[in-house]
Amino acid sequence: MVTVDFLGPIQKPSLKLEITNLNELAKILQDDAEMSEWLKNCAVAVNDTLVSSLDVSLKDGDKISLLPPVCGG
Amino acid sequence: MLSLYDGNLDVPKILKDWYAAEATTNYGAYIPFVGTVRSEDGIDGLSFDIYEPILESWFEAWQEKAKAKGALIKMAHSRGDVLLHESSYIAAVFSPRRRVALDLIDDFVEDFKASAPIWKYDIIKGKRVYALDRSTEIAGSGILAK
Repeated sequence: MVTVDFLGPIQKPSLKLEITNLNELAKILQDDAEMSEWLKNCAVAVNDTLVSSLDVSLKDGDKISLLPPVCGG
Repeated sequence: MLSLYDGNLDVPKILKDWYAAEATTNYGAYIPFVGTVRSEDGIDGLSFDIYEPILESWFEAWQEKAKAKGALIKMAHSRGDVLLHESSYIAAVFSPRRRVALDLIDDFVEDFKASAPIWKYDIIKGKRVYALDRSTEIAGSGILAK
C-alpha cells in the first residue's frame, strides 16, 4: 500500500493504493476527471524526492506527493 | 538556516538577529533580500502553504553550494496569511567578499521562485484564491499526464 498526497491548492484527500509503480498511478489519476488539469502541471515526489520519469518502482509504505506550480515569496 | 513563521515576518528583528549572529564571524558582506506584499488588484494580502520536507532538502542543497564558496545563506518565510505592506520572505547571504554574495542572492532567489514548494494565494474578501497565473511549474512537471 502506498499513500498519495495532493499538496497546496489541490483540494483532494490523500489516497491509499495497492500499486507497484508510477505508471499505474498515472493510469488511475488520468481516469479521475477532477485531476486532468492538475496532472499537466504537477511535479511528483516519491518519499520527498522529486522524480523526473515514471520509471520508478514503489514498495509498501512509500509516500507519493503531487506538487502543483509554486510561487514563494 | 531556514526559519518558518506563522503569519508575517518581524523584519527588523530577523535582520538584526542575523546580523548579530554573524557580527564577528569575519564575513565581509551581508546582503539581505526582503519581500513585501504590495497592494494590487484589490487584494487584502497573500496566504501561503509550505511543504516542509522538500523545502528543507532544497534549502540544504543550496546551503552546500554556498558553503563551497565560503558563504552562508539564511532564509525566513511565512506560513498562512500576510497582509498588505507586511513581509513574507527574507533571504540573505553572508560571504567573505561582496561578489560571491551578490551573485548567490540573485541565483538563490530566482531558484526559490522556480523550485521551492510554497503555494501562494491572494486573499480577496476573506477568501484564498490560488495564484496560478503567477506560479511556476517545478522542473519535470507533467509526467503523470497523458
